[in-house]
Amino acid sequence: MKPAFRRCGDHALLVEVGGVGEVLSLYDALTADPPHGVTDILPAARTLLLRFERPAHHDTVQSAVLRARPADGYRPAAGEVTIPVVYDGADLADVASLTGLSEREVVDAHTSTPWTVAFSGFAPGFGYLVGGDTRLHVPRRAESRVRVPAGSVALAAGFSAVYPRESPGGWQLVGRTDVVVWDLAADPPALLRPGTRVRFTEVRRP
Amino acid sequence: MMGSSRYGGREARLLEVLATGPMATVQDLGRPGRGDLGVGRSGAADRGAFRLANRLLANPEGAAALEVTLGGLKVRAHGDLLVALAGASCPATVTDAAGRTWGIGHQAVERLPDGATLRLGVPSHGLRTYVAVRGGLDVPEVLGSRATDIMAGLGPDRPAPGSLLPVGPPPKGFPTVDVAPVRDPHPVEPVLGILPGPRDDWFSPEALKTLCAEPYEVTVDSNRVGMRLRGPRLERAREGELPPEGMVPGALQVPPSGQPTLFLADHPVTGGYPVIAVVCTRDVDRAAQTRPGQRIRFRLRRA
Repeated sequence: MKPAFRRCGDHALLVEVGGVGEVLSLYDALTADPPHGVTDILPAARTLLLRFERPAHHDTVQSAVLRARPADGYRPAAGEVTIPVVYDGADLADVASLTGLSEREVVDAHTSTPWTVAFSGFAPGFGYLVGGDTRLHVPRRAESRVRVPAGSVALAAGFSAVYPRESPGGWQLVGRTDVVVWDLAADPPALLRPGTRVRFTEVRRP
Repeated sequence: MMGSSRYGGREARLLEVLATGPMATVQDLGRPGRGDLGVGRSGAADRGAFRLANRLLANPEGAAALEVTLGGLKVRAHGDLLVALAGASCPATVTDAAGRTWGIGHQAVERLPDGATLRLGVPSHGLRTYVAVRGGLDVPEVLGSRATDIMAGLGPDRPAPGSLLPVGPPPKGFPTVDVAPVRDPHPVEPVLGILPGPRDDWFSPEALKTLCAEPYEVTVDSNRVGMRLRGPRLERAREGELPPEGMVPGALQVPPSGQPTLFLADHPVTGGYPVIAVVCTRDVDRAAQTRPGQRIRFRLRRA
């Protein structure tokens, strides 16, 4: 799909493409060779936001995006991580009833398909994972929790995620992991970056 | 604790916080380029005022300084310091170690002698006052910046009574002006320029006109993340949800209530409500100086 461009104030351009795969391909191409004057390249569900400073302006950034040569068929370059999960989340039963699966089938579905980090948001290091089993599409909880512990593994709106730190949250909690996904002492501090492939594995309770 | 502390014979220059007022944070120009990790830029809410305070002291423009919301700050100098205030103008007094008190100017280079205390009153208008120190506040960086991001919970420890904020070595250059005359930048009802989009097509054709026709009131539900506004409802032309997309400071995001939120420095990196228009960069600074209860107007600018 040919990108569509929308101005976002005087210092940013929103680039609209077809979907997550195209976003990540273009993200890889643009971060490998950032257009002059562009300070931030922010992938999201169907868009990339490019923030820029002088001497760049909307037209020069738009031309640079049109010159970029994203790879056909996205092949993630950001590595793969395995996340062991204890599936004892507070919402596991609700997810089972919402999906019509048994709890066992929810766990099997979550672990059997590799996920990919599409983009980040909500909190530092919070990656929105896509590409999992489509039967796991569940809505957010009707009421948000005030406190979701760090390491909670969750589902909502077709995405999965690992809460990087304790925070409020409205996603359905299916389990927890000891893997640290946000570490200020690490470089980069986020384990789950756009393009990272993620495999969840089940840890049986002792 | 009075006077300067000495470590290994070298005089440690620092600011001792005695009171913060409603809220004081350390800020710089933020951490650009990390949005893809879910980390926003953050930094001074009124970047123009912040830069001016640093320029007056011949600091690098991004040297860390205090952002003080609605005055009330009280700090004591350890070592002889030079300071400059910018942003919201408030009564400011210095009391030296001998008990003498004098007023200091706004947007001016002022001495804060060893042991002296600086007190900020409440600004008569405007919201955020910047207190810069020659040499900058040398608190530890977090991800390459000393900015406090209240949304992400990133940055140095929040200054509190008893905090000791180290001051960095003075820069090579020297201040070249004593005072920066600037016209009153904080009118009672500021007019902010906006550019339509990126999602103006999600709204009725009248919505942009509505946005610019009547003033909007800044509600108490406002902070460094954004300002909830109250005014004429902005009607949607289409229903449904927008997949999350990147946000910028100045974005006017419209939730289902039809009442816009104006994003400031610590805005969420991505958002799921459509943005009808974005406030021009230079006017975001002016937005950041408006207070709850104040009214603002929007005017459409041509791109």
